Amino acid sequence: MNEHARQKRDLFTPGHYGCPGCGATLAMQQTLSVLGEDTIVVMPAGCWSTLIGIYPYTCLTVPVISVAFGSTAAIAGGVKAGLTIQGNDHTTVLAWAGDGGTFDIGLQALSGAVERNDDILFICYDNEAYMNTGIQRSSATPAGGWTTTTPDSALKVQKKKNIVEIMAAHRIPYAATASIGAPEDLKGKVKKAKGVKGSRFIHLFASCPTGWRHAPQLSVEIAREAVRSRLFPLYEVSYGDEWKLSPMPDKVGVETYLKHQGRFKKMLASDHQDFQKQVDDDWLRLLDKCRP
Amino acid sequence: MKKVMMGTEAAARAAKLARVQVISAYPITPQTVIVENLADMIGRGELNANYMPVESEHSALASCIGASMAGARAFTASSSHGLAYMHEMLHYASGARVPIVMVNCNRALGPPWNLYCDHTDSLAQRDTGWIQYYCADAQDVLDAILIAYGVAERALLPIMINMDAFYLTHTSEVLDVPDQEKVDIFLPPYQPSTKLNVDDPKTFGNVCGADLFTSIKYKRHCDTLSLEKLWDETSAEFRGHFNRLHPTVEAYQTEEADVCVIGIGTGAGAMRLAVDRLREEGLKAGCVRLSMIRPFPLEGFKRAIANAKHMIVIDRDVSFGAEGIVAQEVKAGLFGHHGDAKLTGFIAGVGGNDLSADTIVPLVRQAISGNGTAVRAGKTYWAEVLP
Repeated sequence: MNEHARQKRDLFTPGHYGCPGCGATLAMQQTLSVLGEDTIVVMPAGCWSTLIGIYPYTCLTVPVISVAFGSTAAIAGGVKAGLTIQGNDHTTVLAWAGDGGTFDIGLQALSGAVERNDDILFICYDNEAYMNTGIQRSSATPAGGWTTTTPDSALKVQKKKNIVEIMAAHRIPYAATASIGAPEDLKGKVKKAKGVKGSRFIHLFASCPTGWRHAPQLSVEIAREAVRSRLFPLYEVSYGDEWKLSPMPDKVGVETYLKHQGRFKKMLASDHQDFQKQVDDDWLRLLDKCRP
Repeated sequence: MKKVMMGTEAAARAAKLARVQVISAYPITPQTVIVENLADMIGRGELNANYMPVESEHSALASCIGASMAGARAFTASSSHGLAYMHEMLHYASGARVPIVMVNCNRALGPPWNLYCDHTDSLAQRDTGWIQYYCADAQDVLDAILIAYGVAERALLPIMINMDAFYLTHTSEVLDVPDQEKVDIFLPPYQPSTKLNVDDPKTFGNVCGADLFTSIKYKRHCDTLSLEKLWDETSAEFRGHFNRLHPTVEAYQTEEADVCVIGIGTGAGAMRLAVDRLREEGLKAGCVRLSMIRPFPLEGFKRAIANAKHMIVIDRDVSFGAEGIVAQEVKAGLFGHHGDAKLTGFIAGVGGNDLSADTIVPLVRQAISGNGTAVRAGKTYWAEVLP
């Protein structure tokens, strides 16, 4: 690519196949705006592997490899090993997977890569279910949430898995949570992650109007409410034991987060209380970890 | 340089001579010596490569795919259940057209658990799009890995070099180890025309429509078919450098043969001994070792069997409910070419049973006379079944 074309290049061009209000597209746009063109993206099956475009169309102008569902972290580690042995130690290898490809089928390869401290940035865009296949529950789906495999007759009872604690248990050099509702915080964390050597992990909250049953224009607002309610607090962990809370807005009740979303509409008032208690307990646990 | 080596050591030495750049592997008996040796070569600074001690075979092949797509020469080795665990990525590797070379140590699949020789592990992966080569001895292992990189990188297809568990992995032979300088001339560095490159950004593996999908698969089928010729050409080139030939099909005494014994792997040595004995008895016998199973080396096979009328296939594997897998392949190869040929298939030498001339001679006699101890089951006969 010549210098002129390079300078003109948008890394995320118009024309993706995502749903209106898709949080995962905002997540990519914000991430790539920081990582820049010296980036190779490894993405498994998931919303992003289809919304990127059907061949010969693509909305990303960085190299992308679309991989098997459970293989993301291993392939990303392999790409990095292939680059470094050829003398390239500067290109960022971005593993970009949804919650299914991270919390569930991708977890073994992710654990392996992070244990080896492979020099990759793994970002999980979490929309809390298998949205691409039509809203089936994953281990990132919250308790009480509707999906097509946790229907109204059998809502999910298990709590959401805490993926950052799992990463921290690996003593990963850098892990963080981020949200499309806090873009400056997100960009700051991507920038920080880019500068760290070894494995880096960002758990990125990305609203899904189609799966969560909310109006498309509320995607960012709902992500903000998840942060404000402490349902999805923002923090960083270095080497598994330095926990640091990111700037957090004033607290609101979870009700403000739940009320816009059809997936929670069958919850009873008592369920809301249980939900609030769970959020409060998790928040206190986190504060305890973040205490200097 | 002459050196005494086990088959697994020969495989590791070949990977080193090929100057592989990324090795990713997960341990499994009897493959372990290969990856132990390679890890040590890297540790000692004898080989400039990245070693990835991954957490599973699925990740072993996945990371080789990533490395290869980044333009590096990648190597892995596995066996049996490990190969089965790679299954999804086997399809991915051939679809992504990455020229990875893998060594598979042919070992039985459980249950019941068994560490010994059986070809079902790799033959069950026939349809994954990998080129499959089966070695006769440790020199074949060492040389075939070098030839395989030459072929794979020209065809952009992955190649599986198969070696019999223990008979080959853990027995020592005197090998001729080629000089590095000569290997470097035969096998220059891998330089793909397309790879993951930020200066020439492309997407790989995107969703595509039915018309393009069909055409891409058709192209791969044609490229795979051409591999028989490409292997033999590259093998001839290898002989020019090292004076050893490793063809896709190896024939012994078949020119005037009426009966032709056919098999794969280390059993070939015993087949040749059996042929010698049968000829002493006055039977016009010959034998054929298929070193390539995918693509099926049809041209070489037709030439090798010449005018034989009775094919006797010894399978160290089975497709349950059908027959031996090599027998099926041979039948498909004969169809339309040798309409009047007869084929008798035996399942023998599985799970550690020895496959010697003493095993094979009675099977050939049984195929001809109809009398013997192998037990009929559908279209095939099982040797060495408990009463």
